[in-house]
Amino acid sequence: MLGTTFTLAIRSILRHKLRSFLTTLGIIIGVAAVVAMVTLGKATTAAVQQQIASLGTNILQVRPGQGFGRGGGGPRPPDFDEADVEAVREQVAGVTAVAPQAQSTATAIHEGANWSTTINGTTGAFFTVQPWPLTAGRIFSPAEEAAGKAVCIIGATVQQNLFRGGNAVGQRFRIGGVSCDVIGVLSRRGQAGFGGDQDDTVIMPIKAVQRRFTGNRDIRLMLVGVDAAYDSAQVQASLSDLLRERRRIDAGAEDNFNIFDTAQISAALTGSTQLLTSIVAAVAGISLIVGGIGIMNIMLVSVTERTREIGIRLAIGAIASEVLMQFLVEAIVLSLLGGAMGLLLAQLAIAIITPLMQVPWMFDLQINIIAFAISAVIGVVFGFFPARRAASLNPIDALRHE
Amino acid sequence: MAEPIIRLRGVTKTYGEGPTAFQALKGVDLDITGGDFVAVMGPSGSGKSTTMNILGCLDMPSGGEFVFKGVHIETLSRDQRALLRRKYLGFVFQGFNLLSRTSALENVELPLLYRGEDKKTRRDMGMAALEKVGLDRWWDHTPAELSGGQQQRVAIARAIVTNPDVLLADEPTGNLDSERSVEIMKLLTRLNQESGITVLMVTHEPDMAAFAHTIVHFKDGLVERIEAGQGAGQSEKAPA
Repeated sequence: MLGTTFTLAIRSILRHKLRSFLTTLGIIIGVAAVVAMVTLGKATTAAVQQQIASLGTNILQVRPGQGFGRGGGGPRPPDFDEADVEAVREQVAGVTAVAPQAQSTATAIHEGANWSTTINGTTGAFFTVQPWPLTAGRIFSPAEEAAGKAVCIIGATVQQNLFRGGNAVGQRFRIGGVSCDVIGVLSRRGQAGFGGDQDDTVIMPIKAVQRRFTGNRDIRLMLVGVDAAYDSAQVQASLSDLLRERRRIDAGAEDNFNIFDTAQISAALTGSTQLLTSIVAAVAGISLIVGGIGIMNIMLVSVTERTREIGIRLAIGAIASEVLMQFLVEAIVLSLLGGAMGLLLAQLAIAIITPLMQVPWMFDLQINIIAFAISAVIGVVFGFFPARRAASLNPIDALRHE
Repeated sequence: MAEPIIRLRGVTKTYGEGPTAFQALKGVDLDITGGDFVAVMGPSGSGKSTTMNILGCLDMPSGGEFVFKGVHIETLSRDQRALLRRKYLGFVFQGFNLLSRTSALENVELPLLYRGEDKKTRRDMGMAALEKVGLDRWWDHTPAELSGGQQQRVAIARAIVTNPDVLLADEPTGNLDSERSVEIMKLLTRLNQESGITVLMVTHEPDMAAFAHTIVHFKDGLVERIEAGQGAGQSEKAPA
């Protein structure tokens, strides 16, 4: 009997290709939309979290200035100097390392290629306060640092534009009139959430930058590494006290420097990605409902339209349960088929869209299973109940149905 | 005289309830002998279609007795009646009621499928039934590719493929022109004569009723009179 039911169901599906396709289409769209949307949402979240991790989470960025930005009048607050760096490193508890930074911009030239970029002068501490591995070469030695030698570690964007992505270590290029040896290439970090391309940079010993580019000994930025065992707020407070004292700020007067805690920034960013995730989940839920209503509609319409057929089958001797079984098998076959096609379509969409969105490719098993299961259940339920109603009709009434 | 294949005693049928209730049958008594060719006539609302639906086990009487082959149908469940239809009855409708997009052969095979016959048996019996109605060459055509008369002949083939005891036809010529109608009537007569199938046919055309052996006239939910038709029937062939 099951064989007969199956034969009847398959025949009916093949004979009404358009109807079958439309039924399946509802499921395909529902499943594909949900799976693609949730997967892309998760991939975006992962990409943002990856960027946050690349910042380093236990770093205090210290800049001269008042409040956020430098609004208002008055003289520009003084930059830091080497003694400040020394003092922070020696006197604040919980500080692992301090990387001073002096910045300038210049055009780099190599074999006819030229590229305007940012020069960052710093020390080896720059690489200890944050994780930023090299893809080739090495960081500068203490001797090079002390001597202020013209050696460079270049970012991935500079490598691409100046050396066309080829090997750069050991090569020499000119930057702002200075001839510089490439000793290392940084790994790609990608776009920062704030402040442009992090990979568009040339890193040199701070003394070289001060002597040959900025022309002074000022330090515009300190990156302060915080020991994970210490509370960063407390470290921030003692750092603030020390700088107020060194910069002779009266009690009650405002700071003339800012301290950004990357832990706070990353907490804020994590918060917004979590928001993003819940928005995506909500949108996915809505599309699942919309998809479900689509499936419902086509199932209801098709069964209503088939009441007469049910009447014929009942009149020639089919038992109600046999007719019902046939409709159930039809609904199951179409739902499973639609679900499978929806999953494939979603994978295709994800494969196409992830590179465009610059987020990592991802396969989320859970959402695939959930979307498939829900669509299949909706398909079967809404194929089944209208059919049950029709099968319970008096054959005469079903036959008279127009 | 042999026990009739169908016996109705005081059969009533009421539609609806309360003051709007409509009594379609008011106590029908009718005996039908196996192998007879019966035409049921009467104006609309006389209860002839209701009687046919009850005889076809498609509808249940509200009261009275309906005995088919010695079985009290009014005591059977829905599924038992379906099994009875499957085994003993064949239906032909005014509107043909074939499955669309389905070949003539597959339409004819459908009752055999529900009987659980295997593929080869279905095909052999289906082709045999199509041959009987003269459509074996058209076996792979869908209803849309067949004329009205051909569709009705496919429907008849579907009704007789299971070798039923009784063939019920509800205005089988209602949608056909007179020439096709005569063809269908001749076919029904032949099936009645050659295979001994009891034929019950509702019609409002006296020309068609004339093909029957017995004509039952309905009026106001009751059998008004029974007369002999011009057609050949069981009692003529039956030994005296």
